Amino acid sequence: MSIIMTRRSLVAGLGVSAAGLLAGCDRLAEHDAVREALFSAENFHEWAQRSLMDRNTLAREYRPDQISPFFRSNGTRNPNTESYKALWRGGFADWRLKVDGMVARPLSISLPQLMALPAREQITRHDCVEGWSAIGKWRGVPLAAILRQAGLSSNARYLVFHCADKYRGTVPYYESIDLVDALHPQTMLAYALNDAPLKISNGAPLRLRVERQLGYKHAKYLMRIEAVSDLANIYGGKGGYWEDRAGYDWYAGI
Amino acid sequence: MASTGKNLIYRHRLPTRLWHWLNAVCLYVLFTSGLGIFNAHPRLYWGEYGANFDPSWFAPGRFPGWLTLPEHYDLAMSRHWHLFTAPIFAFSLLAYMLWSLFGGHFRRDLAIGRREFTIAHIWHDLKEHARLRLPKGEAATRYNLLQKIAYSKLLFLFLPVLILTGLAMSPGMDAAWPWLTQMWGGRQSARSIHFIAAWATAIFFLVHIAMVMLAGPLNEVRSMITGWFIVPQEKAGKMMDPPDEEGEA
Repeated sequence: MSIIMTRRSLVAGLGVSAAGLLAGCDRLAEHDAVREALFSAENFHEWAQRSLMDRNTLAREYRPDQISPFFRSNGTRNPNTESYKALWRGGFADWRLKVDGMVARPLSISLPQLMALPAREQITRHDCVEGWSAIGKWRGVPLAAILRQAGLSSNARYLVFHCADKYRGTVPYYESIDLVDALHPQTMLAYALNDAPLKISNGAPLRLRVERQLGYKHAKYLMRIEAVSDLANIYGGKGGYWEDRAGYDWYAGI
Repeated sequence: MASTGKNLIYRHRLPTRLWHWLNAVCLYVLFTSGLGIFNAHPRLYWGEYGANFDPSWFAPGRFPGWLTLPEHYDLAMSRHWHLFTAPIFAFSLLAYMLWSLFGGHFRRDLAIGRREFTIAHIWHDLKEHARLRLPKGEAATRYNLLQKIAYSKLLFLFLPVLILTGLAMSPGMDAAWPWLTQMWGGRQSARSIHFIAAWATAIFFLVHIAMVMLAGPLNEVRSMITGWFIVPQEKAGKMMDPPDEEGEA
């Protein structure tokens, strides 16, 4: 009898402690030192992944028959601001991509000008941080070509992508990447998906592709690319909308 | 296994004990934070791609907060817990596997001998387990057949599969090591297998706890802390002996 009691109380104890452990972990994560330790794993993963590959190692490309029947969208599906609606109604004829910051020649490029540049096509897999994937065929201009035109300063270390959308209507969406990814052959400013101009839900008229990272890095509705030496003074300072708002990792290779 | 006195044996060496507890903590954090990550898109697919408009083979909805880390939905925090713990889990497993293989632990305690692996023996072990009759005396000084199978499967199958399918979901790793994702049949297949292996490990855990309860929890837990195990003695004519250690602890 006493043994059965012991076992029963042990089982109960186990259940209670399992629930207690979860609450304990939650409380642990409220401490700054613990949060910092947890967040620092990003540095390990960035170092490990970049040690395992060359800076020009390509993300896998697929055959046309492997393309998803429907490429789902996520985040903002329509910026819906007055200025964006005006641009859309005009077929984006008045839209310009600004390239500025630490560059020798600031640019203001129209969509026809972009489309006249040498293009690249790639069928790649888009991996969302949430877990889903979609394969699509992208057409666009390699970012490296634009940066060459603008004359990137040797002091620039990051490129910040400013977007037309304010996710949930408050703070502007933005993202940033470093030069390893900015100069990667597959990193492009894409204006077409599956042989059609980008739809509004997929980021019309122009979006970023950073194929070795998760979806939230692939900023949509691009308006401006800013070259900077430091991310600290850009919005919340963490290098992206989700990084500032929700604590997502800036390096999203994993 | 060293023996002092008539029924006290040194059962678990220090690396086993250290890895066991470190691994227990890691698996706990990984499983609960993993369910938190799963809740961001609680649908599973086969192949390379898979999103809401594609057919999913399993869509159970979100897991409740008492199973997830953090308790409330927070994908970023779940990922921080998961990705912080994963390398600790992976490298400690690698170290323990190497120690087991080259330090003699596998050969001595886990490898199944040809004489042991017979239909009659397996059937006997299954019957004894089904009757909740656990080995006593001399037989309790080493792992029995079902135990060996369970531990080896966890160590050399479920846990490595979890690591390799986990890495296969990373777009950076997919660029670095494309074969890693392809060997599972694509990123969404890797995610599905990751999920299955996680639950297989959870089921191992539940059976493991049940067996510890049956075998004498205090003796078992103590042996995994100090290394010393009291061998339960045979007494004729009893279905299940009360473990001797209960009175002492």
